[in-house]
Amino acid sequence: MTRDSGRMACGIAATLGLIFAAAPALAQEAISPIDGGDTAWMIAATALVLMMTIPGLALFYCGMVRKKNVLATMAQSVACTALCSLLWFAVGYSLSFAGDAPWLGTFERLFLRGIGMETTSAFAPTIPELLYVTYQMAFAIFTVALIAGAVADRMRFSAFLWFAAGWLLFVYVPIAHWVWGGGFLASAGVLDFAGGTVVQLNAGIAGLVAAYVLGKRHGYGTDNFAPHDLSLAVIGTGLLWVGWLGFTGGSALGANARAVFAIAATHLAASTGALTWMFLEWWTRGKPSVLGLISGAIAGLAAVTPASGFVLPWHGVVIGLIAGALCFWACTWVKRRIGYDDSLDVFGVHGIGGAAGTLLTGVFAVAVLSASPDAPEGSPGLFEGNARQVLIQLYAVIAVLIWSGVLTYILLKAIGFLLPLRVSEQHEIEGLDLTQHGEALQ
Amino acid sequence: MKMVIAIIKPFKLEDVRDALVAIGVHGMTASEVKGYGRQKGHTEIYRGAEYVVNFLPKIRIEVAVPSDRVGATVEAIIASAKTGQIGDGKIFVTAIDQAVRIRTGETDVDAL
Repeated sequence: MTRDSGRMACGIAATLGLIFAAAPALAQEAISPIDGGDTAWMIAATALVLMMTIPGLALFYCGMVRKKNVLATMAQSVACTALCSLLWFAVGYSLSFAGDAPWLGTFERLFLRGIGMETTSAFAPTIPELLYVTYQMAFAIFTVALIAGAVADRMRFSAFLWFAAGWLLFVYVPIAHWVWGGGFLASAGVLDFAGGTVVQLNAGIAGLVAAYVLGKRHGYGTDNFAPHDLSLAVIGTGLLWVGWLGFTGGSALGANARAVFAIAATHLAASTGALTWMFLEWWTRGKPSVLGLISGAIAGLAAVTPASGFVLPWHGVVIGLIAGALCFWACTWVKRRIGYDDSLDVFGVHGIGGAAGTLLTGVFAVAVLSASPDAPEGSPGLFEGNARQVLIQLYAVIAVLIWSGVLTYILLKAIGFLLPLRVSEQHEIEGLDLTQHGEALQ
Repeated sequence: MKMVIAIIKPFKLEDVRDALVAIGVHGMTASEVKGYGRQKGHTEIYRGAEYVVNFLPKIRIEVAVPSDRVGATVEAIIASAKTGQIGDGKIFVTAIDQAVRIRTGETDVDAL
């Protein structure tokens, strides 16, 4: 063995030792009865959310880029799923959900140590903690994969991998802790059922910043950037839409009525969003496009995400309507006016949708639905007489906007010091499939 | 020998083929091409981004015939490919210096 490979072997052995040392718990955690029904649903929900990224988002995005970049776009989704999964299990979960400090979790669950077959998390007392870990992992992966859409067609694959790893740890983990892991936003009373701030707005802002830092694509505004195959995007939308029922339904963390309310609001928001965008486009452009239909659906889904388990089904309709209109305007008029090249409208759909939905949660929240053991009276929204909730939601939007925006910028600049973020212009013209991966669609 | 090259509307390919077979011309090469003449393209819109597509899909067929069959071939193509709308296409006739059937080695008119 050479000296380097000898060192590497020791490193791997040490890591494996740590991982296996985290095996069945002898430590005495506070044990709650694990409910079979809740666990069964949450396992299914985990699979649904994972499906949202692979292949949901992969297809949704790859259908919208040009043929020469289709495989590269899919590679981003698949690679970041793999990479972020490992990082989540190793350290991401612990820093998000362990301990109750206001800013960041602890290393208590490093490499999942202390988790056994009977262990549960205080956040999800009726399911195995390992299931909660995995469920949250699927959310983390999805958020990182979303950002790739903003920088499609031009980001260097190696830089993207570094970015995915760094962004998960420095941006997603803190925000997840603040909103869901008992951090300061949760203490302030922020309502975010399934990730309007943690996932949608977070990824949206990061996407916008990334689009600015990387710059516009070569030929943007002049060349024909028509989608390679929108049928792939439609299939992706279907997987996302269906998977979203696990995204929101599963955020009830149990097989109960709240999960069903979440699913109902989710589905209605998607449907209304789709129709709203469709009609707006029909009216302004003369034809209802398929791209518009699916974009509207995703806009509705993004917006209803924070509200889903706290609102009534008809609220979902209104949220979908507002999101469909707002995001349509953002992706057509605003984008052209400001002139940024957010390739696949991550900011226009997820950023704007998530922000709007977060604020609307403060408007529509129903006390009965938002009741929990920690807050038995629930958190009413504006319509139930509590105007303050909207301000609390705004507080969360601003906090996430600032952290995500600034940290994403710093992270990209830091990575940019080590290697170029973009591929060379010649490689961009040839296409990422061939130049980054040595492969091509035939 | 002459090579008759015709650019036609894609949906007319089968009609042209049938017409040529009817006059005894067996064998052609067809390729998918893009082109434009007087026919205008169309505009596609994707989330507010407009792309004008000038090049329209066409089919290019090439048929090698003896010189005395050129007139009949051209007439057959015109009759079957014509719709009366702009964009019907064009026919070009060029000379062939040499023709060989690969399997048997026959040359010139025997190869057609």
